Amino acid sequence: MKTGAKILVESLQREGVDILFGYPGGVVLPIYDELYDSSLKHLLVRHEQAAAHAADGYARASGKVGVCLATSGPGACNLVTGIATAYMDSVPIVAITGQVPTNLLGNDAFQESDITGITLPITKHNYLLKDAKDVARVVKEAFYIAGTGRPGPVLIDIPKDVSTGIVEKVVYPETVHLRGYNPTYKGHRRQIEKAIDLIAAAERPVIYAGGGVIASNASAELVELATILSIPVTTTLMGIGCIPGDHPLNLGMLGMHGTEYANFAITESDLLITIGARFDDRVTGKADKFAPNAKIIHIDIDPAEIGKNKRVDVPIVGDTKLVLKDMLALVKKAGAKEAWQKRVKHWKQHHPLKYKKDGLLHPQFIIQQMNELLKGDAIIVSEVGQNQMWTAQWYRFKNPRTWITSGGLGTMGYGFPAAIGAHFARPDLPVFDIAGDGSIQMNIQEMGTVAANKIPVKIAILNNRYLGMVRQWQELFFDRRYSYTELPAVEFVKIANAYGIDGVKVESCDDVMPALKAALDCDGPFVIDFRIEREENVFPMVPAGAAINEMIGGHEPT
Amino acid sequence: MKPHTLAVLVENKAGVLSRVSGLFSRRGFNIESLAVGTCEEPGMSRITIVVIGDDEKIEQVMKQLNKLIDIVKVTDLTENERVERELALIKVAAEPGTSRAEVMQIAQIFRAQIVDVGAKSVILQVVGDTDKIDALEKLLRQYGVKELVRTGRIGILRGSKVTGTGK
Repeated sequence: MKTGAKILVESLQREGVDILFGYPGGVVLPIYDELYDSSLKHLLVRHEQAAAHAADGYARASGKVGVCLATSGPGACNLVTGIATAYMDSVPIVAITGQVPTNLLGNDAFQESDITGITLPITKHNYLLKDAKDVARVVKEAFYIAGTGRPGPVLIDIPKDVSTGIVEKVVYPETVHLRGYNPTYKGHRRQIEKAIDLIAAAERPVIYAGGGVIASNASAELVELATILSIPVTTTLMGIGCIPGDHPLNLGMLGMHGTEYANFAITESDLLITIGARFDDRVTGKADKFAPNAKIIHIDIDPAEIGKNKRVDVPIVGDTKLVLKDMLALVKKAGAKEAWQKRVKHWKQHHPLKYKKDGLLHPQFIIQQMNELLKGDAIIVSEVGQNQMWTAQWYRFKNPRTWITSGGLGTMGYGFPAAIGAHFARPDLPVFDIAGDGSIQMNIQEMGTVAANKIPVKIAILNNRYLGMVRQWQELFFDRRYSYTELPAVEFVKIANAYGIDGVKVESCDDVMPALKAALDCDGPFVIDFRIEREENVFPMVPAGAAINEMIGGHEPT
Repeated sequence: MKPHTLAVLVENKAGVLSRVSGLFSRRGFNIESLAVGTCEEPGMSRITIVVIGDDEKIEQVMKQLNKLIDIVKVTDLTENERVERELALIKVAAEPGTSRAEVMQIAQIFRAQIVDVGAKSVILQVVGDTDKIDALEKLLRQYGVKELVRTGRIGILRGSKVTGTGK
């Protein structure tokens, strides 16, 4: 004989959950009472949004399903941004919310919100439980749906009387049976052969790899395929880390703030091998001028992504890792297409990323110094905006799942709580959140969480006293009319100190490395307030809607 | 751009209709007609949706529908030989006398049934494809259509082919 709450906690443990990120409230009291003497760890955040982002950061860093827990009404609503963030980036999380008792549902009861209705468009699936005897089955299904196929968030809404409801004989299901959910994992053999034929015939092939490569843990296969065939690889923001930053075939990121050489290569290519990516508008710019001369192979586990934004010649629906393995079994080592190799190498040499080396404190320099100190052996989380793009451009990632950022939704305030989650996934690695002064203030209250729990997350704030990316657009496209993008100076170190966290303010290049070392050497959390050049821009930049070879801050292809 | 009739086999669970209709509005697909009812499989319902779009749009609609966990199967009937029907109930002003006689005559031509006769009106029930019902409605207008109720369109494949799981 067990309560719904007890079954919930036991079900979570059966799914291998080792930590919940959450915030208590009225209707989740029965669940929190179960947690009180459970071996299941719970981290108390300071705002439910942070719980969702932490579960997301945990999932991205570990590859496992992250879990967050909130009460009904405002608690559940505060998870929404975090759930939407996970949905857009295909991150497996299970969000558990309390709900008013079933007899009050639809009654506008205290702290009632229709969270399954609200999250319908931003979850892979969601459940409103009505009976304690469904808890075990639904938790099993939720984890299965979240973590398989194209991953995504699943929400379980649990009314208070379901948590307190008694089940006489509890059966924990071992398997899941869902008639309407059967992801395709194995790529179609004939399609894979067609892809191999296209690759053999191509003169100027490029691999365009996205977050799907990371999600299916296919980095090794991707690098092997690229190396055997000598095909250059460009990655989306979400795909960064699937090939080492210093790999000779790596062209870095493509798209709006991509490298010139990646965008040139895409534009001139005659074959685009798209792997776990989705032709997002920030990648393609003007879609019909994206890879205009290329045939396209598209490998993705979600059939709905194929042909959504761009016509595809050879679609392959399947799990990236399995498809790449099948391809590897079929491909023969091909001689490098030398003319193409030379051309790409030339672009790489003559169009590097650059910034002014005038001795002033530029953010790119800070990222380079982090690179030098950490050598890729860290988890780097970013907020959203210029800080994110500078990090994506300048940091040399060595391994997959060490770069954690909100790509699709572009959620400011994501980074700090996601970094907290990432720490619990990989306590063996240092975790840095690279932030702006705007975005850090969107979840700055989590300083309370890291201070109370001595969570060694390091926050590097690239402080320019602007909402920098918006200001950049105003500078370039709105005649420098800086409408509501200037922020007053904030002494972040003082805020950190108030929470009992150490920190240092850095205003010159010479102080960058010592500050980074201090952060790394510190046992607990640490804040560095970098006062950077205020009007530094992220270049190159493709204006929205332009073709990706039409970049501001770049130069003509030579 | 032509209307496509989709037969969507779904698990008969709370909220499944809002998942389907929500998907249409969210992704900018217009529903022309929608009909829902139980079907030959226990625990399942069949939703018949008519949506207008080019082939790419329809393909995207079907793929997005297939992603919903509670949806078991999506079939585009438009690709096949099929029977499609709608039913309409039409309340027409028909005073006893000439106009009532004319209305009843029109009903006969359209094989519509008179299902209710009131002092000043009659109710016609007509079954057919969309064009037939439109034509009838147009003819009846001159007498005064007081109320018109139409079911959504439903459809079924001709011959032995089925849109279910065959289980």
